[in-house]
Amino acid sequence: MAKMIGAIEVDIETCKGCSLCVEACPTDVIALADEVNGKGYNYAYMANPDACNGCTNCALVCPDSCITVYRKKVEMA
Amino acid sequence: MAEITEDIKVAENIVHKKSSVLTDKVMHYCPGCSHGVVHKLLAEVIEEMGIQDKTIGVAPVGCSVFIYNYLAIDWQEAAHGRAPALGTAISRLRPDRYVVTYQGDGDLAAIGTAETIHACNRGENMVMIFINNGIYGMTGGQMAPTTLEGMKASTCPFGRDPKTDGNPLKITEIVAQLPGTNFVTRQAVHTAAAVRRTKKAIRKAFEKQKDKTGTSFVEVVSTCNSGWKMNPVDSNNWMEENMFPFYPLGDIKDV
Repeated sequence: MAKMIGAIEVDIETCKGCSLCVEACPTDVIALADEVNGKGYNYAYMANPDACNGCTNCALVCPDSCITVYRKKVEMA
Repeated sequence: MAEITEDIKVAENIVHKKSSVLTDKVMHYCPGCSHGVVHKLLAEVIEEMGIQDKTIGVAPVGCSVFIYNYLAIDWQEAAHGRAPALGTAISRLRPDRYVVTYQGDGDLAAIGTAETIHACNRGENMVMIFINNGIYGMTGGQMAPTTLEGMKASTCPFGRDPKTDGNPLKITEIVAQLPGTNFVTRQAVHTAAAVRRTKKAIRKAFEKQKDKTGTSFVEVVSTCNSGWKMNPVDSNNWMEENMFPFYPLGDIKDV
């Protein structure tokens, strides 16, 4: 069965930890990190990477354009 | 699974990345500000239409005054409220260019009301983007013409009272009545679906400019989480509950 596998890459230094992507994610992949970036913001990261299907919702609502989304169809056994 | 997630992070699998029209400068906006989303959509539309070197923007006064640092197109900075006047000059002198003005509610609907209404009435060929968050964000959260009845701001701390403070102004409905506008719409950017619709609206506004048939006006109902004293997620919820009943989303005019 083919399945859409997604992944996101967050530009940690431009993320301001507004958590709009956390709200927008339909599969609860994203969370804010306990660590902070250079500006003191708790940046977003993939807390649950297996659930990501690359829907791009997080990147669409991100005000700082710091999320890059990857998606690939993978054949699963 | 974790290996697959890492493996697919290659250029050929990219489905969304930062627009090339946006510069590398980090935006100065507060976390979660709607300005960043609208800047991104504007950049994406300009990139997709391939009009980066044919677009001239007019920067406003307000929080988004530094928009000329964030989008790599030609810019002019207007005096407070006078972006439509400057946009008129640019579109008349350079009719081969796409002109876009970008203003907030204090800029477009208060000090610039005359310029807005007359530019739209004359039907100047430009795209006007209007960010309506019901407050003066940059100067400290004062009451704007678009502040809702009962909404708190630093100059109406007990909520706006129409008896003393006047009624909120629906400037978008006003410009929709004018013969010079060819496309007037009100959108928002609080969810992914709304962002997609707003992008389509901005794209349509730019497409309309190809025919030179008048002003295209896109209002984006936005949040100001610092001014509203809420976090970004609560601001979006508050906007849905309170702003949308008074400022309903959708196309108001399309000719």
